[in-house]
Amino acid sequence: MSRWREAWHQAVLESEPLYLFTRSPTAVIAAGFLSIILLAVLLAPWIAPTDPYDLRTFDILDSLLPPVWSEGSDPRFVLGTDDQGRDLLSSILYGARLSIMIGVGAIVFAILMGVGLGLTAGYIGGRFDMIVMRIADVQLSLPAILTALLVDGIARGILPREGHDRLMFFVLVVAIGLSLWVNFARTARASTFVERNKEYVQAAEIMGLAPWRIMVTHILPNILGPLMVIMTVDLAVAVLLEATLSFLGVGVPADQPSLGTLIRIGTSYMFSGEWWVVLIPSGALIALIISVNVLGDFLRDALNPRLR
Amino acid sequence: MALLQISDLHVEFASRFGVHKAITGYNLKLEAGEIHGLVGESGAGKTTIGGAILGLLPGAGAVTGGTIDLDGLNLTEMSENKRHALRGKRVSMIFQDPQTSLNPLLTIEEQLVETIRHHLGLAGGAARDRAIALLQEVGLTDAKARIIDYPHQFSGGMRQRVVIALALASEPDLIIADEPTTALDVAVQKQILKLIRKLAKERQVGIVFITHDMGVIAEVTDTVSVLLDGQLVEAGTTAAVLSDPQQPYTKNLIASVPRIDQRIERFPELQTAKRERADAAFQVDGASAGFASDWLLSGAETPAGHDTDVLDVDNLSVVFSTNRGLFARADELRAAKNIGFRIGAGETLGLVGESGSGKSTVAKAIVGIHPAQTGSVTLFGEPLEVRRRRPRQDPSRRQIQMIFQDPYSSLNNRWRVENIISEPIRFYGLASDPADIRRITASMLSLVGLPHGSLLKYPHQFSGGQRQRIAIARALVARPTMLICDEPTSALDVSVQAQVLNLFKDIQAAFGLSILFISHDLPVVRQVSDRIVVMRQGEAVEAGDSETFFAAPTHDYSRMLLAEMPSTEMLADPDELAGPADHSI
Repeated sequence: MSRWREAWHQAVLESEPLYLFTRSPTAVIAAGFLSIILLAVLLAPWIAPTDPYDLRTFDILDSLLPPVWSEGSDPRFVLGTDDQGRDLLSSILYGARLSIMIGVGAIVFAILMGVGLGLTAGYIGGRFDMIVMRIADVQLSLPAILTALLVDGIARGILPREGHDRLMFFVLVVAIGLSLWVNFARTARASTFVERNKEYVQAAEIMGLAPWRIMVTHILPNILGPLMVIMTVDLAVAVLLEATLSFLGVGVPADQPSLGTLIRIGTSYMFSGEWWVVLIPSGALIALIISVNVLGDFLRDALNPRLR
Repeated sequence: MALLQISDLHVEFASRFGVHKAITGYNLKLEAGEIHGLVGESGAGKTTIGGAILGLLPGAGAVTGGTIDLDGLNLTEMSENKRHALRGKRVSMIFQDPQTSLNPLLTIEEQLVETIRHHLGLAGGAARDRAIALLQEVGLTDAKARIIDYPHQFSGGMRQRVVIALALASEPDLIIADEPTTALDVAVQKQILKLIRKLAKERQVGIVFITHDMGVIAEVTDTVSVLLDGQLVEAGTTAAVLSDPQQPYTKNLIASVPRIDQRIERFPELQTAKRERADAAFQVDGASAGFASDWLLSGAETPAGHDTDVLDVDNLSVVFSTNRGLFARADELRAAKNIGFRIGAGETLGLVGESGSGKSTVAKAIVGIHPAQTGSVTLFGEPLEVRRRRPRQDPSRRQIQMIFQDPYSSLNNRWRVENIISEPIRFYGLASDPADIRRITASMLSLVGLPHGSLLKYPHQFSGGQRQRIAIARALVARPTMLICDEPTSALDVSVQAQVLNLFKDIQAAFGLSILFISHDLPVVRQVSDRIVVMRQGEAVEAGDSETFFAAPTHDYSRMLLAEMPSTEMLADPDELAGPADHSI
């Protein structure tokens, strides 16, 4: 036991971000919160009381039951039910799972595209850089939600009707990823500009290493810091974008609700007394976004010595 | 009554590694009109003492003991408000880099008048007249006309004069000058030092002069104190300390200073207090410095005498063109004009010049990372591509290796030392068996004097000198015939520089490498070079044998350069200082 403690102590001393992390209560709380959410969401199929995707498990007679601490509740449904009689707790667990999966997928897509283009543009420079950055400028002048709606609309138009629901996941990932890649491209390009003039890159060039090898093995590990910051901040944005799209009704289908879909369903009952249908999923979304954002802020401060 | 009296000063910094004692028991007595030099290597605590006097220690630092007495006022017990009123008024500061210590958005008039109004209470025309008088005093020609200029319109030396005028504007009693000439070229440095000396005497200002450069200390200070790890090693009048040092550390420090007037074959190896923990625990079997030299020699090309040219550079010209915008025409700048020289086997050529003279450009053209417009470069008689991108498989890529100026940027911080050194082995296919590669890599570390345990560490765990050793190991492991060193010691402390210069000499003696040694530092070049080429604004103005050059330079510019070097005459003779040195590779 003491060996582990010693090792942890040593790690904290050696790594500045880790040291700052242990000294920042907000970051620790946010990280704790996020791990609880992530754990609950990952284990959703095992810990959720019901399966909200299985139409046979819910009964319209159970619809709009309030949470257990309110009058007229049913102990079977801890957080109450929605208009279909679905258990809200299970819906939120599954919904957040879908939201996070789409968010993470979109970020991975944005990283692959953005870092790939940004790194190459920053390293090669010249005409390629100019073209990529002008495309990025165009992309930036479109609001993210518009890009996502556009991709979504096109996908709906060209994809066959029957496979639609199944493909919706990937359409959302691409739609959200496309509206976020610019952040990664710009950051990667700017950091690459700084790194490429350093002497270790010149040393690699003198050796005659292939450009892709210099980019991937030498420069990429050195620009990961700022990219990680963008990644956390944009993860929150991606989850929010997914919620927005689903709220607008162009996201995932209603029989597989994500957080955004749940909130959309809830809004119709907001003023008729069934507040829990909208407020509880919204609260879950807010908690998720805030903890990711707080962690992102912390990382930005910890990895950028100039801000300290 | 002394102007400034510091007794038994202690400064501590709290950090996550515990309390760091930055200064322990420092004493100083400074009279008006006196210049006191604070000298020591990086991390010795020079700047911390300056900060403690001004009351401007960085966040975690605090004075934990002792007194700082300015003209009867005890600064350490004073309230922050009172100290604030004192700063700028009675104590002011000259910073290292004139590029950043002036506000680029204000004219120098605005900056000077602001200070004068605030501290002397003069207004409008009177303050302006005062500012002009100050600028004339610091030797700014045509001060009346130039006072309305912005900082970027001045050259580096002129800007530092403005910074000095700004420091004098409040008529302080004490000035802290933190490396005020380090960012300047030698010719400018000499003038600024003269100016500081003159002002101290005329205005009876006490100056605490912080520097790492023994030559500057000899040139400008009256008294000096030598610091090592926050402790005062030795103090006294400059003449006494430099010509007859008492402490072993001071002796070694002075013996490590390269001299312009003589060539030292071997520098003493200074053991600094930052000692390595012995990493005896990690050993690679069969790896040793001997194995490394056998391995390096086994791949060497046929050895040749001095009469064979290894590298022949002829008529090399490099033109930089500024980035052409959509509508603007590209501007051209000739960075190197018709440069030619040749380097024989086992020979070292020193390429000398001030900043911006085109030295590094020539090196980049030779290694093929910057295209040249005209000229040719041949290696063993084989022409190398210099106008266009050199083929990646070109054998010269292995035969010519480069060592860079800044060891903090020349190593990939995210790579382990093992990967950094073994990359050339794997890339050039010099060995294939992983066990062999590891043995060679560990042996290279032994060769440059680092423990095998370094293999598993990352560059940030090493000091500047150790990093430069790693960079040297990386260059050597490719088994080059030609080594290009671009200012390889300018980022290093003088004692570390001595070690690295020794290492270069050892390597050259053992493997017969040819070296192109680029530096602005004439004394250093003298220590290593067989022949010298002097560059100025892209042109080679003088070339010749090193010893003849230093004895009797022919070109006016070379003579000027030599004359501007801080004199090392006052420094004790290294032969008397050095103990018996026995080092072999």
